[in-house]
Amino acid sequence: MTTMLSVSNLSKVYEGGFTALKDINLDIRRGEIFALLGPNGAGKTTLISIICGLVNASAGKVTVGGHDIVDDYRAARSLIGLVPQELTTDAFETVFSAVSFSRGLFGKAPDPVYIEKVLRSLSLWDKRNNKIMTLSGGMKRRLLIAKALSHEPRMLFLDEPTAGVDVELRRDMWNLVRGLREDGVTILLTTHYIEEAEEMADRIGVIRKGEIILVENKATLMHQLGKKQLTVHLQSPLDAVPDSLAAYALERGEDGHALTYTYDTEREHPGITDLLADLNTAGIGFKDVNTTQSSLEDIFVSLVKK
Amino acid sequence: MNLYAIKSIYRFEMARAWRTLTQSIISPVLSTSLYFVVFGAAIGSRIPEVDGVSYGSFIVPGLIMLSLLTQSISNASFGIYFPRFTGTIYEVLSAPVSYLEIVIAYVGAAASKSLILGVIILATAGLFVDLRIEHPFWMMLFFVLTAITFSLLGFIIGIWADGFEKLQLVPMLIVTPLTFLGGSFYSIKMLPPFWQTVTLFNPVVYLVSGFRWSFYGIADVSPALSLGMTVFFLVACIALVAWIFKTGYRLKP
Ligand SMILES: Nc1ncnc2c1ncn2[C@@H]1O[C@H](COP(=O)(O)OP(=O)(O)OP(=O)(O)O)[C@@H](O)[C@H]1O
Ligand SMILES: [Mg+2]
Repeated sequence: MTTMLSVSNLSKVYEGGFTALKDINLDIRRGEIFALLGPNGAGKTTLISIICGLVNASAGKVTVGGHDIVDDYRAARSLIGLVPQELTTDAFETVFSAVSFSRGLFGKAPDPVYIEKVLRSLSLWDKRNNKIMTLSGGMKRRLLIAKALSHEPRMLFLDEPTAGVDVELRRDMWNLVRGLREDGVTILLTTHYIEEAEEMADRIGVIRKGEIILVENKATLMHQLGKKQLTVHLQSPLDAVPDSLAAYALERGEDGHALTYTYDTEREHPGITDLLADLNTAGIGFKDVNTTQSSLEDIFVSLVKK
Repeated sequence: MNLYAIKSIYRFEMARAWRTLTQSIISPVLSTSLYFVVFGAAIGSRIPEVDGVSYGSFIVPGLIMLSLLTQSISNASFGIYFPRFTGTIYEVLSAPVSYLEIVIAYVGAAASKSLILGVIILATAGLFVDLRIEHPFWMMLFFVLTAITFSLLGFIIGIWADGFEKLQLVPMLIVTPLTFLGGSFYSIKMLPPFWQTVTLFNPVVYLVSGFRWSFYGIADVSPALSLGMTVFFLVACIALVAWIFKTGYRLKP
């Protein structure tokens, strides 16, 4: 699989001395959806802004589609579409002319048919002749997406695309993003919503205080999440797990007052009933059982809190 | 060259002027007409001819320069300041557009607008007084060079400004006084000798004098000097803009 975006040793120190990014290394593969998670002020927008040419890097190198973003900025930027976090739009332009403007800016010949397709896919076609200031917040957000798509980018940056967007529109956007991926567009999105990353991403990265602290396939993460733990609270403590239960790889806890069994919920026979039956056979009485499961949210919170 | 981008920005800027038609065209025309009524007709009739030119006709080149300067600056400074203020500049900065292309588009649009305005004022003036243009080529050259130079200056102000007050500051405190004292309404030969010398430090004197020479063949300073100074200001502005872009000054954190 080839690399679409490559960030190496990237740092950013803002004027005034604040270090927003520390030695970031990140590769995004062609055609994947990458979700960047992180708390407020972690540096998500700063990272995207550097890649897109809005902020100067202090150190490091970025290439998009193999083109350096500084030395070969024209080639690099032609590939990029950016949907910014803030709703920054003109007021008096019409929807159609604003999107056509964006296409021209990126050096593409006018193509009203394509613009129509983009506007329709974002349910903005009916509003094409409306002034932007008459649009609702959610419509403005979609307009920004339309502008970003106007020049047929190969890599799309979505900086918190679903902030302040209702549930239905969020679903629509997810579908749109999936459609883009099917066309081979590489997507990097930032979000605060774990469910969004869970729903959309192929890979997930977590950034905290300007440092990437985790990059992992979603499937791997979800697999870890697919594990559940069953804890059996015993009536009397055990010094050791009886040999007859060795197959369950039980862990003793609470000074022998509890046994913990880890199982995979995705397996057809998690073995819970067998375990309870075998406990009975072995004459081990128990007062209570409970199960726990760590969510992506738990992992995220524990990572970010450190 | 990303010609589509230049065209897009240029069109966008021209559309803005069209939307604010009253503000961008009608009000300068109105104020110029008022100048003619007051200076040309009311007061001018009591002022003797200057170097064989009636006072009403004499002030026409100065009046055009006055609007050319103020309009170029305000058009260009607003054109680049406003997207910085609203944040929409992000799109231009993230596009595959070179700084040269950005300047050509924004400054080109601002200069075009003030040139159109200059022509309208010239035509308006023609309704009030007799006009003649002895050196049309040089007149056009001064006209265009000045529009470009001061649009560049406006562009620089629009990038430097970090508030709407600063946007008004330079035009109000520097450009308007210099233009009024730059011989728009009088020949500097009318001043006492001491003030004639002081006036030579005012750059606008060279612009007005050269422009007026291309109309009537009369000048306060030699036309060659005027042209030299005009080109000098142009080069100075270009150098400043180049520096701004080289350092990313106030455009990129
Ligand atoms: N222009 C700037 N000058 C100085 N500091 C800045 C500037 N822009 C951002 N910062 C600082 O850099 C840090 C990272 O900001 P950034 O906008 O990248 O965070 P973020 O991860 O996008 O946060 P959020 O989730 O709130 O959007 C913050 O502490 C912020 O205050
Ligand atoms: Mg952000």
